[in-house]
Amino acid sequence: MKKLLILLVMVGLPAGAFAAGGHKSCGTVECDAVDIDLGDKASLQRGARIFVNYCLSCHSAGYMRYNRMGRDLGISDELIKENLLFAADKVGDLMKAVMPKEDARLWFGVAPPDLSLIARARKPAWVYTYLRSFYRDSKSPSGWNNTVFAHVAMPHVLYEWQGDRRAVFKKDAHGVEVFERFELQRVGSMDKQAYDRAMRDLTNFLTYLGEPARLVRYEIGIYVLIFLAVFLVFAYLLKKEYWKDIH
Amino acid sequence: MQKLLAWIDDRFPLTKVWEEHLAKYYAPKNFNFWYYFGSLALLVLVMQIVTGIFLTMHYKPDTDLAFASVEYIMRDVDWGWLIRYMHSTGASFFFIVVYLHMFRAMLYGSYQKPRELIWLIGVVIYVALMAESFMGYLLPWGNMSYWGAQVIISLFDAIPLVGPMLSEWIRGDFVVSDATLNRFFAFHVIAIPLILVALVFVHIVALHKVGSNNPDGVEIKKKKGPDGIPLDGIPFHPYYTVKDIVGVTVFLMLFAAVMFFAPELWGWFLEPDNFVPANNLVTPPEIVPLWYFTPFYSILRANVYNFLWIDAKLWGVIFMGLSIVLFFFLPWLDRSPVKSIRYRGGMYKTALAVFVVSFFILGYLGTKSPEVISLFWVKNVYWVQAFTVLYFAFFFLMPWYTKYDKTKPVPERVTGK
Repeated sequence: MKKLLILLVMVGLPAGAFAAGGHKSCGTVECDAVDIDLGDKASLQRGARIFVNYCLSCHSAGYMRYNRMGRDLGISDELIKENLLFAADKVGDLMKAVMPKEDARLWFGVAPPDLSLIARARKPAWVYTYLRSFYRDSKSPSGWNNTVFAHVAMPHVLYEWQGDRRAVFKKDAHGVEVFERFELQRVGSMDKQAYDRAMRDLTNFLTYLGEPARLVRYEIGIYVLIFLAVFLVFAYLLKKEYWKDIH
Repeated sequence: MQKLLAWIDDRFPLTKVWEEHLAKYYAPKNFNFWYYFGSLALLVLVMQIVTGIFLTMHYKPDTDLAFASVEYIMRDVDWGWLIRYMHSTGASFFFIVVYLHMFRAMLYGSYQKPRELIWLIGVVIYVALMAESFMGYLLPWGNMSYWGAQVIISLFDAIPLVGPMLSEWIRGDFVVSDATLNRFFAFHVIAIPLILVALVFVHIVALHKVGSNNPDGVEIKKKKGPDGIPLDGIPFHPYYTVKDIVGVTVFLMLFAAVMFFAPELWGWFLEPDNFVPANNLVTPPEIVPLWYFTPFYSILRANVYNFLWIDAKLWGVIFMGLSIVLFFFLPWLDRSPVKSIRYRGGMYKTALAVFVVSFFILGYLGTKSPEVISLFWVKNVYWVQAFTVLYFAFFFLMPWYTKYDKTKPVPERVTGK
């Protein structure tokens, strides 16, 4: 026991001693927490709808197929064909953007990234905060800026929902401009709560999109662990039986 | 059945091999917790080979297709995600198990006479494993794969005269490219695994020639019964096979817990930057190898001074190389008359503790920017330098502190603890 304790200290020391902050978790601000729940099918379906209607115009989810998403989220092939298939012909197609990459590069200066894995490359909290951090900025080419991703080329696609906002900055002790708060200038079609809820759905969906296996791996994992735990009991008893005459 | 066995034994030494290596291979009866990791390393090796075979059925070693083919495995191949996570989790667990296995040897002096050759083969296995995992890490063709390979291969540039030529030869191109990906694939899936399996075989043959060490560091072959069997030895099969099944089950539980519930392990096993396809125009904010290389990566970055007409980068490469090569010399650096830590004095215990702490701190700081100030208003790079000195002191001072250390008398027989 004493030895184990020494070992734990030896292992724990470096991580504890050197764990230092300093960086903001989401660009110039701290990330907002988001409640990710892949068991919430309705949320995933709402998120999928926003994704296909708004994001997929410019961004691809080029590693994902429509019917795979349909199967996972409980959306039938017919429903996909009627409601979601704007950018492709067949339900088995990959989810490619409507906009050709070359055009996008011309218009935005950079091709919009594929979003299949965005929630894995960034954290879900980052995505959620980013989607809610746009503000008007006349100095930026698109007319928009973002506190999470400064000078991002993407305009605020959902501003009609969230409304028009400007950012208020203040000078800190070192004279550096830091973000203070947003000011709503024109009300959107959604209030803050409704917009946050919609973005939570979208982030939830993007988390699923990053790793569809996440829908099943927890459940399988529990069964595997239960099996191994039972197996361990018998393995241990077998060992004990064989070893009873070894001293 | 007996007839069949006799028929085979006439043509192939089946019963002989079975008895020599399992049923009549006498292992000390006092193996403890640390003795699980040899068989576990073998288990992980087999698991990596089997899952690797299945991955190659869908993976495409082509810069245009590699990243997408991994996502294809993750999404469209039935159970592909499971195979891929077994492989990626297995890679990290391989190093955990191997590090613990090596630490065991350092605890109980298993590298000392007459087991020097087992240790040497083991260190070669470890180096081969490093090459194997480094090349495997390029294959998903993520952005960290790409830049990691770029940085590590460019280390060869630091070698005078032939360096740039050498790194170009390794890459097969001026930058990491399709040629690099293809040859790394070839090395990762066939060349190095063949070498690894052969080395592991030789490692075990050498072990069974001299017999296993044990936590007391007592040679059990010195005290034999009238039947010629070591008094403290028990047949590996069935005693240690049934015991290892228990160890394997516990190991698999930990493995499954990570694989099913946190396969990325918060960026330690799968890095977020590797979910972005390789991009030669965008470097990740911080280029770092996976955790099992970070102690050595720290040592590589530790030196920032040019001295003795050699520039800092080359010194870094020399130090990093040395930090691994020194393991080969362990059997001859250690002058202690006893093997096990149980009978060694305070000096060795302190040295080993300092070494382990240094290894962990270097490993942790290897993932952080050297310029950041973390503890006591001191930049990380100075901490790295301090612990690099301690790391090397463990090896370079070993002949003295092991010689002058006050040891305790070693018992005649194993203590059975």
